[in-house]
Amino acid sequence: MIDVNTNGEVWVFAEQHGGNLEDTGLELLSKGAELADKLGVKLAALLLGDNCTTLADKLAHHGADKVYLAQHQLLENYQTNSYAKVIYDLIHKYEPQIVLYGATPCGRDLAPRIASAAKAGLTADCTDLQIGDHKISKTDKVYKNLLFQIRPAFGGNIIATIINYDRWPQMATVREGVMPMPEPDTKRKAEVVTESVEVAPDDLPLEILDEHIQEKKVNLKASRIIVAGGAGVGSKANFKLIWDLAHSLGGAPAGTRAAVDLGFIDHDHQVGQTGTTVRPSLYIAVGISGAIQHQAGMSESKKIVAVNNDPEAPIFNIAHYKIVGDLNDVVPKMIKAIREKA
Amino acid sequence: MTEIEEYVDSQEFIVPYNCVVLIKQVPDTKRLTGRAMNDDGTVNRGALPAIFNPEDLNALELALQIKEYFGGTVTVITMGPPAASEVLRDSLYRGADDAILISDRRCAASDTLATSYILSCAVKKLDYDIVLCGRQAIDGDTAQVGPQLAEKLGITQITYVQELIELKDKTVIARRNIGNGWQQVKAKLPILLTVIGEANEPRAAAAKRLMKYKKARTQLEVAAALADENPQATGTEVKKLAALADNRCKELEKKGLLIKLWDLDFLGPDFNWCGRDGSPTKVHRIQSVVLEAKESKEVEPTPDGIAAMVHELIEEHTIG
Repeated sequence: MIDVNTNGEVWVFAEQHGGNLEDTGLELLSKGAELADKLGVKLAALLLGDNCTTLADKLAHHGADKVYLAQHQLLENYQTNSYAKVIYDLIHKYEPQIVLYGATPCGRDLAPRIASAAKAGLTADCTDLQIGDHKISKTDKVYKNLLFQIRPAFGGNIIATIINYDRWPQMATVREGVMPMPEPDTKRKAEVVTESVEVAPDDLPLEILDEHIQEKKVNLKASRIIVAGGAGVGSKANFKLIWDLAHSLGGAPAGTRAAVDLGFIDHDHQVGQTGTTVRPSLYIAVGISGAIQHQAGMSESKKIVAVNNDPEAPIFNIAHYKIVGDLNDVVPKMIKAIREKA
Repeated sequence: MTEIEEYVDSQEFIVPYNCVVLIKQVPDTKRLTGRAMNDDGTVNRGALPAIFNPEDLNALELALQIKEYFGGTVTVITMGPPAASEVLRDSLYRGADDAILISDRRCAASDTLATSYILSCAVKKLDYDIVLCGRQAIDGDTAQVGPQLAEKLGITQITYVQELIELKDKTVIARRNIGNGWQQVKAKLPILLTVIGEANEPRAAAAKRLMKYKKARTQLEVAAALADENPQATGTEVKKLAALADNRCKELEKKGLLIKLWDLDFLGPDFNWCGRDGSPTKVHRIQSVVLEAKESKEVEPTPDGIAAMVHELIEEHTIG
């Protein structure tokens, strides 16, 4: 546990495996920069590994003002205890006010171990982060500029905003793909702070015997936002609209069986009875008529937006937002509106 | 190699392992029967039937398989209100040897940090080799209590376990899911494993055990039943009832049907780290997600119409 302070930096754990930075860390840097700006403090990335100095540039391009670089032979591969120990020590040395981790299997293995050792709060799987004030109603005491850790709970039935005001750092893991990742600015530079760390074999209680990484397939089930296209999209080339809209929202692209059969998109992306059943927070159906077999795979989505030029399309029966129009006109407008708001 | 060493080496020495399984009773968030929120902004638990947290069943199943193969014991612990004893009985039906309920008002409002601290105080009272938990509970989906408990116990953790490959010479080899693949790791006991759904198919209750353990009770349940039977009791009668409850508990204990009840006085924790005081995270605000499909809206396919829709989706946290 460190002292509550208002001048501490905002930190982002830059998860890397085999010299490749995970997207989640980069997404967090853009959100982290926004938080750091509001607080008037620096945004720092936390990079642990071996021979990974070159990754610091990429972290700078994505928004880091500073990179704390902890390199050691024994840090080459991620292990809970060694990484937790190094980060715990750095937190106590520099006293950041906020530390963010991606809610990846690695982040969810690491962050609670650090939180427990540091006796600090940790909120899991946040979908949004903001800076705001909290008033204690009994005493009228106001805590200013806290990290609002916003996350769904109870199976997505409620949205909770969690804070911690008396024990720091404020820590959270953030769900993959929920923060947009802007284009990197290759001109940005960061101050690299090289940390000499001590890691002993005792800090590595696991022996990694074997590892198998599957080719990354889309995980529709884990996606909070899905943008799906149907036969109405017209061609594989035009399906780029679906990918673009999905990317602008940090969501996953998907398709109907018809779209898959027509070769517009791969079967891994198929939603419906013979594909994946999904229940995201937002499902945007573009050029999809809404066959019952497709509805079976997505009707439990919390919010459904449908875009179709046929006002009689069955998809409109279950849509919360109906947009009757040409998808080639509507989708670019949606992308523009999202870019402007986000 | 000496003759004895060769002999030892040639035998598959099967030693027993003591397993402790942490379980939780949770609202079934997938079977919502009413509104999730009360008008006063609290969670309407009545709308959600209480169930055995699914991945905790996988943790229990793994412990039972270890016991069947190697011997040893399976002890189940849950922290919760008196009614949480239901998941302990369920564990006894499925094959657990011993069940412990941690119930104390001073545990209320514990976040994951305080919960893991209280659980660690309980686990430390037991003789264990392997601690098992479900990866996460479906009410919060945090997956934090397992690793935090491991840290408090000062033991190694293997999270996201999808398969136990080998258990030999106080060493475990497990395969864990790392999102985009798997990893096989080896570690010395004692260890904490968090188990995912694909690890196994949890067994059902055994009929014979169900017949026996359906009478298993905590001391709280015994006392509550007596109070229900004697609603008018006052003064000395209440004292008599208390004595009667003690007797009934002793009888249950003799038959192996008393579910242990541990309170914080028994666990002896540092109260600074329990309950609300021990929880760094606090709730600032809770918003209900409207479940029933609202009346649908027509959106004009114009920049203004679309921008207004995007704004609404951001406001309600559907986007962002």
